[in-house]
Amino acid sequence: MQKEVKSVGLTQTKFFNISDKILLESNVEFGPIHVAYETYGTLNEKADNAILLLHALTGDAHAAGYHDEKDKKPGWWEDMVGPGKAFDTDKYFVISSNMLGGCSGTTGPCSINPETGRPYGLSFPVITIEDAVKVQKKLVEFLGVKKLIVAGGSMGGMQALEWSIANADMVKDVIIIASTSRLSAQGIAFNAVGRNAILSDPYFNNGDYYDKEKQPEKGLAIARMIGHITYLCEESMHKKFGRRFQYSNRPNFDFNIDFQVESYLEHQGRTFVDRFDANSYLYITKAVDYFDMAQKHGSLEAAFKKTNARFLVMSFTSDWLFPTEQSKEIVHALIQAGKDVSFCEIESPCGHDAFLLEFETQTKIIKSFLAKGEENV
Amino acid sequence: MFNPSESLHLNYAVIAGMIEEHSKVLDLGCGNGELLKMLTTKRHCSGIGIDINQNNVIESIQKGLSVIQGDIDEGLKEFTDKEFDYVILNQTLQSTEKPDFVIEEMLRAGKKNVVSFPNFGYWRVRFYLFFKGRMPKSKMLPFNWYDTPNIHLLTIEDFFDFCKEHDIRISKSIYIKRGKISKNPFNRILTNLLCEEAIFVIEK
Repeated sequence: MQKEVKSVGLTQTKFFNISDKILLESNVEFGPIHVAYETYGTLNEKADNAILLLHALTGDAHAAGYHDEKDKKPGWWEDMVGPGKAFDTDKYFVISSNMLGGCSGTTGPCSINPETGRPYGLSFPVITIEDAVKVQKKLVEFLGVKKLIVAGGSMGGMQALEWSIANADMVKDVIIIASTSRLSAQGIAFNAVGRNAILSDPYFNNGDYYDKEKQPEKGLAIARMIGHITYLCEESMHKKFGRRFQYSNRPNFDFNIDFQVESYLEHQGRTFVDRFDANSYLYITKAVDYFDMAQKHGSLEAAFKKTNARFLVMSFTSDWLFPTEQSKEIVHALIQAGKDVSFCEIESPCGHDAFLLEFETQTKIIKSFLAKGEENV
Repeated sequence: MFNPSESLHLNYAVIAGMIEEHSKVLDLGCGNGELLKMLTTKRHCSGIGIDINQNNVIESIQKGLSVIQGDIDEGLKEFTDKEFDYVILNQTLQSTEKPDFVIEEMLRAGKKNVVSFPNFGYWRVRFYLFFKGRMPKSKMLPFNWYDTPNIHLLTIEDFFDFCKEHDIRISKSIYIKRGKISKNPFNRILTNLLCEEAIFVIEK
């Protein structure tokens, strides 16, 4: 037996163009759209072994493998995607794409508007989870996929839920991790503070900052700091940082960074601005806030009546941003709609971040769940 | 002398024998899913299990079952009235917080319902308490008083009283005596004394 952990190895982000305009939920016709995506594994002859992975708030198409030999960091779900892993690339054709409105290759507010030759900025239309799924559907069809499994954590779980009812004829299995069918008022509140930080940055310039010398970095960094507080939990923060000082063992008596937790947040904020666009943060958090299946379909149960898929729902004990109760709401509605569902609340001290960290337990569960689906074929 | 897996197999076999083929079943406190798996493969039942323990849920999912992690003491509100042909409460009643509520909920969700529990009226249990003066421990009740999950122990007579008070009909009863199905129809007092486990089908 080979002991080393296998990876999909070198991967490449590819692009797919939708030249026609698509009708967005806001009734705006929008296009053209480029979609950045990666695939791992091979599509079988029946074109029914695909898994579409859906990323969280600030993710991208690069879910697994490395972009070049010197790449230090693999894709965001490397622990879960690869040969023999939870999403087994020896068996499945795994697809991952950057979300509409994002800033990692797929058309978003930082893309050039072909009509003006300048970045869209705030002239980019407000998009929803439903719109993002519409775009993903086009990609999946372009790749020749007939049937698929959809899986995602956090915002990715929202997209997976939407997939299961919007494209019920295509979706066989759905895996929802640390997610919800609608964000709580508390969740919206955190997103709102993040957006406010960006909007009130002196360099935001009404979203038109791309060719300016200064960018709204401070606002975006603060938004990210707030995000990170919500991704951890009290216990994990205490374990990670406690009340330890960063540079010495006593207070500085000034307002620079004293505590390790401050330094951590500062670091997270600082590194985030190098890879993420402030406008994208506004658009995507708004899409997350708007998502509400029960409101749209009358009730959650009514929404799930439309799906034909089997569901696996997982939550984490210490996740207070997407708490277990919200997963249970999904599970109960699925049962009421007469659908096949399994649910596991995984013990973890890692908060919402657990879905990216607790890969061993998730792997066990996901593999068994997918194996059952293979039997049914 | 005592083989717990043998006794479990008897318990499973009895329950499997009580349930008609192709039934829709709900197993409350399904443990590692062994009974539910048996019902799906041997009796072609469709079903779902509920268990409070994460490892049990994972083991059940690994058996290819649909299982929900949850606490049956919170009720079964996600299930509609008489949704299942059978709801099963196997060796779980005595460890629920609210046994009366759990039974009420199962009777609502199930057309027929299987309840099994270790009989605290069994003579060995009585003798243990009488002679040793300590909380009884046995093959079926292996725990210490301070770490036992069995917080609502009962006797067969207690269960009869409960059913009478709550207008619950017992449509079938099987008693286990020293690891075997008890053949002789004892009178009730003797049954309560001689049998270590009871399995009932109840309806309302």
